[in-house]
Amino acid sequence: MLSNAPVYKRSVKNIKDVYISHINGKSKEAEIKRINKELANIRSKFKGDKALDGYSKKKYVCKLLFIFLLGHDIDFGHMEAVNLLSSNKYTEKQIGYLFISVLVNSNSELIRLINNAIKNDLSSRNPTFMCLALHCIANVGSREMAEAFAGEIPRILVAGDTMDSVKQSAALCLLRLYKTSPDLVLMGEWTSRVVHLLNDQHMGVVTAAISLITCLSQKNPDEFKTCVSLAVSRLSRIVSSASTDLQDYTYYFVPAPWLSCKLLRLLQCYPPPEDGAVKGRLVECLETILNKAQEPPKSKKVQHSNAKNAILFEAISLIIHYDSEPNLLVRACNQLGQFLQHRETNLRYLALESMCTLASSEFSHEAVKTHIETVINALKTERDVSVRQRAADLLYAMCDRSNAKQIVAEMLSYLETADYSIREEMVLKVAILAEKYAVDYSWYVDTILNLIRIAGDYVSEEVWYRVIQIVINRDDVQGYAAKTVFEALQAPACHENMVKVGGYILGEFGNLIAGDPRSSPLVQFNLLHSKFHLCSVPTRALLLSAYIKFINLFPETKSTIQEVLRSDSQIRNSDVELQQRAVEYLKLSSIASTDVLATVLEEMPPFPERESSILAKLKKKKGPGAVSVNELEEGKREGELNGGGERGGDNSGIAASNASTPSPSADLLGLRTGPPVTAAAPSAGSLLVDVFSEAGVNDDGFLSSAPPSVVSEDTAPPLPESNELLNKFVCKNNGVLFENQLLQIGIKSEYRQNLGRMYLFYGNKTSVQFVTFTTTVTCPGELQSHILHIYTCKHMFILAYTCYDKLNVQTKPVEPLIEGGAQVQQVINIECLSDFCEAPLLNIKFRYGGALQNLTLKLPVTINKFFQPTEMASHDFFQRWKQLSQPQQEAQKIFKANHAMDTEVLKAKLLGLGMALLENVDPNPENFVCAGVIQTKAQQVGSLLRLEPNAQAQMYRLTLRSSKDTVSKRLCELLAEQF
Amino acid sequence: MQQQIIRETFHLVSKRDDNVCNFLEGGSLIGGSDYKLIYRHYATLYFVFCVDSSESELGILDLIQVFVETLDKCFENVCELDLIFHMDKVHYILQEVVMGGMVLETNMNEIVAQVELQNRMEKSEVSSVHIHIEQPGVTPVQLT
Repeated sequence: MLSNAPVYKRSVKNIKDVYISHINGKSKEAEIKRINKELANIRSKFKGDKALDGYSKKKYVCKLLFIFLLGHDIDFGHMEAVNLLSSNKYTEKQIGYLFISVLVNSNSELIRLINNAIKNDLSSRNPTFMCLALHCIANVGSREMAEAFAGEIPRILVAGDTMDSVKQSAALCLLRLYKTSPDLVLMGEWTSRVVHLLNDQHMGVVTAAISLITCLSQKNPDEFKTCVSLAVSRLSRIVSSASTDLQDYTYYFVPAPWLSCKLLRLLQCYPPPEDGAVKGRLVECLETILNKAQEPPKSKKVQHSNAKNAILFEAISLIIHYDSEPNLLVRACNQLGQFLQHRETNLRYLALESMCTLASSEFSHEAVKTHIETVINALKTERDVSVRQRAADLLYAMCDRSNAKQIVAEMLSYLETADYSIREEMVLKVAILAEKYAVDYSWYVDTILNLIRIAGDYVSEEVWYRVIQIVINRDDVQGYAAKTVFEALQAPACHENMVKVGGYILGEFGNLIAGDPRSSPLVQFNLLHSKFHLCSVPTRALLLSAYIKFINLFPETKSTIQEVLRSDSQIRNSDVELQQRAVEYLKLSSIASTDVLATVLEEMPPFPERESSILAKLKKKKGPGAVSVNELEEGKREGELNGGGERGGDNSGIAASNASTPSPSADLLGLRTGPPVTAAAPSAGSLLVDVFSEAGVNDDGFLSSAPPSVVSEDTAPPLPESNELLNKFVCKNNGVLFENQLLQIGIKSEYRQNLGRMYLFYGNKTSVQFVTFTTTVTCPGELQSHILHIYTCKHMFILAYTCYDKLNVQTKPVEPLIEGGAQVQQVINIECLSDFCEAPLLNIKFRYGGALQNLTLKLPVTINKFFQPTEMASHDFFQRWKQLSQPQQEAQKIFKANHAMDTEVLKAKLLGLGMALLENVDPNPENFVCAGVIQTKAQQVGSLLRLEPNAQAQMYRLTLRSSKDTVSKRLCELLAEQF
Repeated sequence: MQQQIIRETFHLVSKRDDNVCNFLEGGSLIGGSDYKLIYRHYATLYFVFCVDSSESELGILDLIQVFVETLDKCFENVCELDLIFHMDKVHYILQEVVMGGMVLETNMNEIVAQVELQNRMEKSEVSSVHIHIEQPGVTPVQLT
């Protein structure tokens, strides 16, 4: 047994005092004072002239570690700890490694020294030292360590003469390195020997190796396929063994519980075994495990039941993962059902969690549903919020059309008392279920309004946007919605979200209930306006829009509303947005004819259907994988039911209010419009302007509060890699400009003189259509651009004609809709007016699913594209070279080669540049010279190039001379990135 | 950061009753919903493991028990002060159970054997080299 080594006691004696004062509750200051004194002492020892012996070093390093663990910062002693590593005394080495594992971060400068010490210990053949070194690698796990040891460790792992304890450490060490730097750990030749560790005699080795194999299998399932049959036979041997067979690895009468769990986990990386015999054996194992659960316990100790149930839960997970054995699935479900009522909270928690996944299987969905009462009861009575959370998750998972009303009602009533931490998620879930399983939409509207009433603070924008979308898309519910929301607004204190929904719906459909004198137009207006002063700016803005819609719906309210708008608190509101709305709406209501008013303020068109944004939000909240694929697909199906597909286009898009491309996340009424009036003015469509100018309204950014969303949303900044992408195309004209998971942009271009034509191919890589696909070409900074977007009412084509003073870029419209897997083409004509540096920017916006995609790239239009090659003899070249001898006409760069210095490749690149490559001109045959003339509309700029490679130094010197300094400079910059 | 995590975790765990479940979704600091805190409460001590979804919850619960039983064997009736004054020893024992965040060994006898091996090596070094060290001179600790 352990006896307290005197060294150790001494080393912490002083510190002990600190700790005693710590737990005695003496002041924090006293503790800090004591610590600082001790730190100063240690520091002076380390800095002292006298070299410390290993023992003292160890003592002080140990003290530092202790101080660190008490929660104080340590900023020295690392070097001393590293020194201890090279000691040949075990205790010194050990404390050195411990200090480094705990305190050295992975990018420390000392890592090289540490690596050296580790290398020595790994090759020492002393198993204890090897283990220490492996532990250290696993604990630090930095990239440098991976680089240094990823090759060595597999060798140690599979070597025949390695001790078991070292093998265990090596397996986990490798796993750690694989997790941090998967690219550096190459299994290749070791694969099959690592898999065969599953057969190792020593259970500890198998346990460690299986963690490694599981992780590797997840990444490369095919290479590690053979582990399935080995795992099954190992599992079968354990499961069928008597409780004493495995000696030390039997834990409270359960044979090797951890290993069994790990084996079952490994099997979850694969589909059911194809080999009938293996599968049979596995099914037998699973049945045995289920059977054992029914046997009386061999011990009353909780450890026994924990170990047994750990295996059981993993087995159930595997059964659920296979989802192919109805018999096992039902048994699993019954077993979990028993656990739901178990007195152990842990088991109830885990049962609820497992049942969640079980609910998505078609075989067991019905069986899970039978437990609904128990689960609802759990939601109501569990004392632990973690468990209640699981119960809520399970209710959500087991919900279908048959029990939706019951579950939603229970969740709503739970919401009134729910923990704050889970309210938002509960709200999302209720909203999703209500929408998904709504048979009659009045129930849906009721549910969401209840939701706002009960937990208004937790109702996110997505939820109330969604209810509005649905009401707008479904004529049959509009009257009911107006009536209900009107009633809800009667409550003396109602949540602001309710006011928003109320304002929106009454603004659109207030007319449907105006027949009833109790909800006459003026009553409606007064009700809304009574909430006005209590609301925040965005809500007030929305209400103002509702008021102007009232004027259109109910001419009799016009004078009342105009008066409200005219009041100082509106028309002189300190908030710009509110003031602007008040001014504009007032003007609109007094100037525009009824026809114009009716057009502008027409009812919102139906929203195009897409995946519910709420679902997207829930997924985001819970991380990927939280919502099963099943559910997503179902979501889509349901979406079609509710919406009626793509009906968006048939309404006139002229009206400002509906030009805002409907989207769940974009503001419905342009509440959050970013750009101020002036910025929006030139981009507000000209057709839009026409409508108003006809009516005699000044077209200066009118109704800019609701400009077309494609324009109103800010343009994304250029992608960080856009410069790199641009550089790819300096020497070539065709290729893939950009690619991500959704979109691929191909490019083909041709240039003649100062003109160019570029074909862009936008390919949709997904199976879902992109809608409102628009592209805009602009030029940053240096030029004034005049962009004219012309919105044709029907298809929202954009024709952008961009007139720059240097580049003239004309963009042909692109189809606003790209079907899944389809490609559309866009032609861009370019005219080079004068030399330029900045490439034009191509902004692309579209909606995929609900989400707006917004990306900006640089169009690969560079000045060299307008080169005209010029052939000339050696004599001419040097004459011209001399003529361009003014210092500013030359630009030079010396730089390191980024690519192999292959002559043929260099030639090809220089040709791609567009200049003439002149042979036999430079006296040194290694050098390249080129000549060309850049054609712009304003002038021609002759340019000469000389590239001098230095193969030894792997460097280039690049010199450019041209008649215009900016051109030399720009060309030099562009080309320096190419070689 | 480390201290913050410890504080937050303690805050989460210490409020919980004894008969609630031993798993809870971690606080904001430990990173995402994939991680759980699994803890056991022994008298005045909480042992908290933070694990990702690659481990069985009940398995980890048992592992904590193995760790504690091992401590008990190594220190003979382990108590709070053992863990504080021998924090290096505790670390060495933990290293035999968990390595770089991964389960290394679950067999208590194996773990104890490794620890004893270490102790023997330590003793032999101490007795051969540092025999001249003066009396340890530990005064009895008084806890008021």
